[in-house]
Amino acid sequence: MLSEKGAPDGEHHGPRFAERAPDALNNPQLRRNFRRAMDGLMAKRAAQFPDPAYWAELRARGAAVKARALAKLPELLERLEANLTANGVQVHWAETTEEANAIVLGILQQAGARTVIKGKSMVSEEMHLNAHLERHGIEAVESDLGEYIIQLAGETPSHIVMPCIHKNKAEISDLFAEKIPDQPHTDDVDELTAAARRVLRERFANADAGISGVNFAVAETGTLVLIENEGNGRLSTTLPPLHIAVTGIEKVVEFLDDVPPLLALLTRSATGQPITTYVNMISGPRKTWEKDGPTAVHLVLLDAGRSRVYQDVELADTLRCIRCAACMNHCPVYTRVGGHTYNAIYPGPIGKILTPQLQGLDAAGDQPHASTLCNACAEVCPVKIPIPDLLVRLRREAVRPTETPATHLPVVKDGGAERSWKESLVWAGWRLVYTRPLLYRMVTRALAWGGNWVPASAPLMRDWTKARARPRFKPRTLHDLARERGYPNRLELDEVPK
Amino acid sequence: MTAAMPSTFTAPATPATGAKPDTVYFFGTCLVDMLYPEAGLAGMDLLRHAGVRVIFPEGQSCCGQPARNSGYLEEAREVARAQLDAFPGDIPIVVPSGSCAGMMKTHYPHLFEGDPDQPRAIAFAARVHELTAFLVNVLGVKLEDKGAPVTVTWHPSCHSLREMGVVEEPKALLRQLANVTLVENKRERECCGFGGTFAVRQTAVSTAMVSDKLASVRETGAGTLLSGDCGCLMNIGGHAEKVGDGTRCRHIAEFLMERCHAQ
Amino acid sequence: MNARANILGRLKAAPGRPGPDLPPWTPPSYADKLARFRQMAEANHAEIHDVTASNWPERLASILNNRGLRSLMIAPGTPRGDALLQAAAQGVPLPPLVPYDRAVEALKDALVHQVDAGLTGTRGAIAETGTLILWPTAQEPRLLSLLPPLHIAVLEEDALHDTLAAAVRDQGWAAAGMPTNALLISGPSKTSDIEQTLAYGVHGPKELIILLVKKGE
Repeated sequence: MLSEKGAPDGEHHGPRFAERAPDALNNPQLRRNFRRAMDGLMAKRAAQFPDPAYWAELRARGAAVKARALAKLPELLERLEANLTANGVQVHWAETTEEANAIVLGILQQAGARTVIKGKSMVSEEMHLNAHLERHGIEAVESDLGEYIIQLAGETPSHIVMPCIHKNKAEISDLFAEKIPDQPHTDDVDELTAAARRVLRERFANADAGISGVNFAVAETGTLVLIENEGNGRLSTTLPPLHIAVTGIEKVVEFLDDVPPLLALLTRSATGQPITTYVNMISGPRKTWEKDGPTAVHLVLLDAGRSRVYQDVELADTLRCIRCAACMNHCPVYTRVGGHTYNAIYPGPIGKILTPQLQGLDAAGDQPHASTLCNACAEVCPVKIPIPDLLVRLRREAVRPTETPATHLPVVKDGGAERSWKESLVWAGWRLVYTRPLLYRMVTRALAWGGNWVPASAPLMRDWTKARARPRFKPRTLHDLARERGYPNRLELDEVPK
Repeated sequence: MTAAMPSTFTAPATPATGAKPDTVYFFGTCLVDMLYPEAGLAGMDLLRHAGVRVIFPEGQSCCGQPARNSGYLEEAREVARAQLDAFPGDIPIVVPSGSCAGMMKTHYPHLFEGDPDQPRAIAFAARVHELTAFLVNVLGVKLEDKGAPVTVTWHPSCHSLREMGVVEEPKALLRQLANVTLVENKRERECCGFGGTFAVRQTAVSTAMVSDKLASVRETGAGTLLSGDCGCLMNIGGHAEKVGDGTRCRHIAEFLMERCHAQ
Repeated sequence: MNARANILGRLKAAPGRPGPDLPPWTPPSYADKLARFRQMAEANHAEIHDVTASNWPERLASILNNRGLRSLMIAPGTPRGDALLQAAAQGVPLPPLVPYDRAVEALKDALVHQVDAGLTGTRGAIAETGTLILWPTAQEPRLLSLLPPLHIAVLEEDALHDTLAAAVRDQGWAAAGMPTNALLISGPSKTSDIEQTLAYGVHGPKELIILLVKKGE
């Protein structure tokens, strides 16, 4: 059997994307917040790539750098580990998010840490690390302003670069007034920012450990590259005595020389900045003769499904992602429903290909269908991930799974979870008609004659006509009209044998 | 004669080679065949008026995109194979749809990976042209406007833009028409929300998208929306009709024929 | 160790794939690096002052005049830190100087709450993005450029590189071995997490002053 735990026809876990979407769509404030933010981010990105030729050149380089690193992934991970270890960084490997959580907790417990300050990390979101630490009596405070805001609100990020993009300042002002002692209501962004600085400074000063993500891990030098604008990432990785970085295994690049093109692509694509305020390159803990920096640095390398994605050469393109979020900023679907509708750590187009691969098609098989395949994401992806093609591939794996030869397991977890005999039958019938010219002519003529009597309550017609008039079949098809107008059916050359 | 200027845009997707083909195939697409046959006929007539002999193979049906986009690649491939059979001659295949053209040009080679017909699919793909790009870049047509003054706005389909690279060609054709004023709608490049089965699988999101699109069309004040793809037209036009909006949504081929060659 | 072996085992068992050759990429270069640097650094909200190798402590004193700084932290044992100590001893009206002369644990409260400004050198700068390169050292620790609300950086005008790629190559970063912490700094700390509205000084410095040391003046 191909399916590990395939769901029978029509049964799936929790509400699906299409069922969740109306909540967001019917929230005008949310719609305005996202539209405004996405319009701004698109304009800022476009201004950073004024020359299409240079964009093409830089992007080709960035894509090749990541593709080359992936081609050598196991070797580079070993080299990264060796060089980090030589630099004094302790490297840990985790197959699952549970293992990663246990590793982080173990390090913190061994150090006697009670409070942790966090820089922004999507991998730690993937791990649900904060909740895990809190269950074990360790307080984890987010320090990126956006992450801090949503942590106060008890929410999850709605965007991978701008986590609280769904909130406007009035909502944030209310939240701060409610949650921060002696904080008055204000719609002045500088005052709101200052309030967060005041609270978080104390948290930084008193934290026993800092936790961060990683943007690029350089194998050649054993260097962790982190980018940010606020300085909270630097503080999290510099001020507390212990720094733990968590990252996916796909973040490794071979050479230091690989970083400049990727960095140029990442910041420009993400927020339309030529560079972020800080690029923080960490190659080890504090040396005995140094005056600051953590005395211990750990790196947790997380797999959590990535090595499975890696098995399929086509799907492995997913792992080139540098998490810039340009795909979601340009996605007409994301723009309308926002990040929470995806009910996943990684929303938007990259999430639609990543989530089903990491979590399985049983849990997220509907995600690849939340796309018109408009290609806006592929057009802006700085590392040329063919997202629409991978969406189609995942749609296929959901209904007709291919298997990994070595294991006989579906290439994608829970492959076949969206199988439906009704749908299979429809496409089998479609194929029958559309591959047989005579049959096709009969069917189209029948539709021309009677198609307009298809009741509005018929399955597809019902959904189509919710917002649109029904399509009208014309009494004569183009086949008929072409013949009437005297357009020939064949090229004479057809008759000449080759 | 109006100032039928040579097209002034730069970097055409398919540069004119000088040698104009005297015969082409026309691939009508299944949507046009059944729902918009007059648009297909207009496309063929435009080619004929440009001095090209047009063949309409009887055996054609559908590019296969609906099945491919649903993940039924084998079904899509068999229907695609039927098109390889229906268009055997080594002449251009002109398609009045950027989306179907994009399917055949950019996806056929991959769809036939590992299949003995892959070389045939690759050769077929190389012969595919979107109608407006073919008229402009290959035929270099000059149009003479015989119609009354009208204001129109243009909706490029996502696949004509981003798979076929057809950006300026349809607008260049419209700009040749002396009495036609072309106004841009806001976020012209944004998807209308059709997406084939997306429209029925994700009804709510699709509705939000098409309603925004129609609003931006209405904002232009143009009474007519033109496009080169009948999927988008069925979506935007169907929504306009449903909400009682008077915007006319038409295929560009039909519009051009009516303005330049009306009997 | 099991996880390591399992992950690497799976990756190694996966079908091989060719690694592409890197296509050529020509990062930009600037006829007037200094002009580009100025333009971009100012766009990053940094303030640039032209100084000379001999007059910069006096210039700094006048720049900081009226700011009411309670303290300026410096790195003793660096040419810059020592020059300021000397200038202050000679009566140049600088804010009270505080040396970063011991481990952070002993200075944390002052650094986090009291010091108003920190002065560091730079290892050059990047014209393309208006970026300072800092490789903190034992004498000049990393928090000096991060905790105080004002960061003052001394930059030699002949230490400009076109791009990060050029700096990494020309300074031989990979071969030299990376320091514990290498930093690129482009303006003061900022955020636009609230309605994409820029606000400065969210966690790090609210201001960045660059003292650009001109040659031969």
